[in-house]
Parts: sequence; C-alpha cells; structure tokens
Amino acid sequence: MSSNYSRRSFLRTAGTVAAVGALPVTWVELAFAKPEDNFTFAYISDSHIQHIRGNKFVNNWDRGLIRAVAETNLISPKPDFVMFGGDLAQLGTKAELDHGAGMLSKLNGKLRCVMGEHDYYLDLGEYWSKLFGPQYYSFDHKGVHFVVLNSILTTEEWTHNRWPTAEQRMLEMAGLDNPNGSPFMVGEKQREWLAKDLSGIAKDTPIVVFSHSPIQKIFKAWNFWTDDAEQVQALLQPFSQVNVVYGHVHQIQYNQIGNLSFNSVMATAWPWPYPQTYAQAESMLPKLTIPMNRADPFFERDATGWQLIDVNTGRVSLNYNLYSNRPRTVAFDPKLGHPVDKQFQTEAALEPNQVQY
Amino acid sequence: MKKEIIASGLAAVVGLSLSLWTATARADEFTKQDVERWTGQFMGVVAQGRSLWTDGKLGTNGVACAQCHPNAANTHPETYPKFQKQIGKVITLPEMINWCLRNPLEGQPLALDDPKMTAMVAYVTYERRGVKLEPGKH
Repeated sequence: MSSNYSRRSFLRTAGTVAAVGALPVTWVELAFAKPEDNFTFAYISDSHIQHIRGNKFVNNWDRGLIRAVAETNLISPKPDFVMFGGDLAQLGTKAELDHGAGMLSKLNGKLRCVMGEHDYYLDLGEYWSKLFGPQYYSFDHKGVHFVVLNSILTTEEWTHNRWPTAEQRMLEMAGLDNPNGSPFMVGEKQREWLAKDLSGIAKDTPIVVFSHSPIQKIFKAWNFWTDDAEQVQALLQPFSQVNVVYGHVHQIQYNQIGNLSFNSVMATAWPWPYPQTYAQAESMLPKLTIPMNRADPFFERDATGWQLIDVNTGRVSLNYNLYSNRPRTVAFDPKLGHPVDKQFQTEAALEPNQVQY
Repeated sequence: MKKEIIASGLAAVVGLSLSLWTATARADEFTKQDVERWTGQFMGVVAQGRSLWTDGKLGTNGVACAQCHPNAANTHPETYPKFQKQIGKVITLPEMINWCLRNPLEGQPLALDDPKMTAMVAYVTYERRGVKLEPGKH
C-alpha cells in the first residue's frame, strides 16, 4: 500500500515536472534593454481560499494554489519575482488570509500582491495590508515600470453606510452575480497618485499595470468592469507601450485600446463562464478574445492555472499553464498592433470545445 | 360477453361525466387572475431556486452552485437530456445537479422530485429562457 502510494506520488511529481518543462517560453530578445536583462515573472491569481470551520478549508481551492506554487518553484531559469493577482481569500477572514499566506510563503523568491474584493470588503483591507503591505504602489525592474492598483474600491455610501455589518458587506460583494453589489472603481485619490507616479517616467518606457478588475468595461452584471476605466486609461495612453494585466474574470481575455494592451490571468480556484453565456444580458467581451476551452467539471483543476510572463518586446507575453489542458500563449503582435493567441487566433482554428454558449 | 360488460360500463362512465360537465365549470377555461396566480407560484419557486443556488449550506463545505455558475450560466439546461460523456450515458439536468451536489459541494444528492430539486431546475431553466431547445447538444 505505502510503496504503491509513493510510486503514484512519484509519477505525479514526474508528470508535473514534464508539464512545466513543456511550457512554451518565448525567448524574444529584449528590445529596450541589454539582452542579459531578459527576465520572466510568474503570475498566480484568484485562489479563493475558503474556510469551512476549525482547521478545515475547501480542499479543491487549496489544491489549486498549492499546485501553482509548486510548479512556479520548478521553473528554470527562475522567474525574477512572483505576482499574486488578488482574491487570495473567499470571505476576507484572518483564517483564510493566514492559510493562503502560509501557502504563498512556500514560494522561492520575491512575492508582490494585488488586492481583490474578496480580500477587502470584510475589514477594508486592514489585515491583508498587515500581511502584504500597501494596497497600491509602483516599482521598476530591468527597464520596466510596474504599477499595482487597488481597482476594487467602490462608492463611500456602499462601503460605509449601506450594510449593518462588515460580514454582510463582504457577503454582498462576494456574490459575483449579486445585484446588491456595486461597480468597482480605482477612485480619485489613486488616480491622482497614478498621475504623479507616471509624471517622471519617459514616454517610451514599457509600463505594466496590475489590477484585480479589468481597467475596461466588459460585463457590468458580474463586475468584469471598472467604473472609472476611461479616466485611468487616459492617464496611461500617452505612453507608447502599456500593458494592463488583471485577474477577477477566471478566464482568458485580451484586448487592445489605443496604446493599451489588456490581458487577463487564470484563477487557480475555479473557472467562470464567459459573459455571453448568460442569455439575459448583453456583454462586451473584446472581439479579439479567443475563449479558452469550456471547463470539464469532472477534472476539478480544468480551466484553472497560472502564468509565466515576459516583457521582452516591451509588451507582455503570457504563457498560460492550464491544468488538465494544453498550454496557451497570448502575446502582442507588433504587425497587427494587438495581442494574439499564438495558436488559435484565426476562427478556422477554433475547436468545438472553445465554442461558449 | 366480457366485451359487452366493458362497453356498457364505459358508456355509463361517459354518460356520467357528460352530465357533470354541464353542471360545473369547464376545465379548459381560466381567467387572467388564474394565470397571474400560476405565474406567481412559478416565480416563487424560481426565487426559492435562486436562494438555494447561492446557499453555501446546500452541501457540506460552504461552496455554492453560483460560485462556478453565476446566473446559472454554463449549465446548458436546453441541451438535456444528453449523452454526458463523463458519466457514459444519457442523463437529465437533475442528475447533473446531483453530481455537483456530491462532488464540488461535497453534499448529498436530492431525490429527483424533491421540492429543492424542482426549485433549482426552475431557476436554472428560467435564467436560460428564450434559448431554443437543443437536446443532446455538446
């Protein structure tokens, strides 16, 4: 029994190593700095660690994050840093944030985090900030200017005056399709900070913005949406190479608006349907986006995963490591001037299970 | 002999129902108020379905159906019954709901005529209203 178990667990580990080895890493030489400054970073997001009671957590979601951390640690050459894209917790409790932080602490290398609404609306980010630091900030790395925004804020009234308890406020925002929720926004204070932060940056510096919600308007009913998206975009448009990388949507999306390329990342917890599958509301899913496969619920990690990203062209290239599925690469095409899926961009290449309805 | 008895019995039944028909309200007639009441009953069950769909207490691990299926999207009620490739046979929507109750929700399946099952099927189907039936579609 025990020898059988260790053989099986060895095979599983060997399988993981093989899968990671097969990642389609692009080795495009740096266009804006010295070639030896080539670097990658890993992006893990939306783990939704969910407390049941006592020391019990939803095993399915735990496994997603554990796997992403383990695989990220196996990448060679080592990514320069790891981003966590928000929604570490499901209901923002200390138990959930601590449990998630424990798993993230197994990462080799520098970790930076983005705030998600599931981390925020219980105590307005207080405990999260104790664990992970400021809610919005910027940093420079090998010629790229990185900006992290807290894009999941909403109105003062909804946040402070609408709900009798913090727990209810959290529950109301946690339901993706809950009509009692409220549209996300970056807000005036952070927009002023962003304008100031960008004022010293040369216009041809590659910029990568990390936010939890898309800084574009896709589907209001599920908050695939940021209410002041246009105002944030206007601050970024003067720069020639801007990338916005966002979580929240638990699916592959990409878009181009002027100089801004938009790319979403996968969740490690569960996939969400594409908005056009809800028959009662109009969606504005970017026309460029070739959807991922329809999830197979019988494989609990299907349609979840994590990303290895490079900025070698001055634009992000995302290598999606999709559990139980073929990896995909979405990268900026300089000739077309927008991101493309390397394998599936033409309609003719669509496979039956990529048709979402 | 036997046939004659059955025939005369049938005639008696038909005669009786004809006489009742003339004396009471006609079964195929209903009013606007009736329709409103029936629609109200249906929408009440849809609302119960929505509240079960978003209820973390339906299973044992706090996970709710709506976590993966906001607005019951990606459930494809119009495609059932269909060959569910992972189960290896043709099944109905309630059987798939029970699969979800047992697996992601780590709970117990419901009887197919359980009012909770009726409510969830009503909710899922209502969210998909207007979409044409395509039984068997993948």
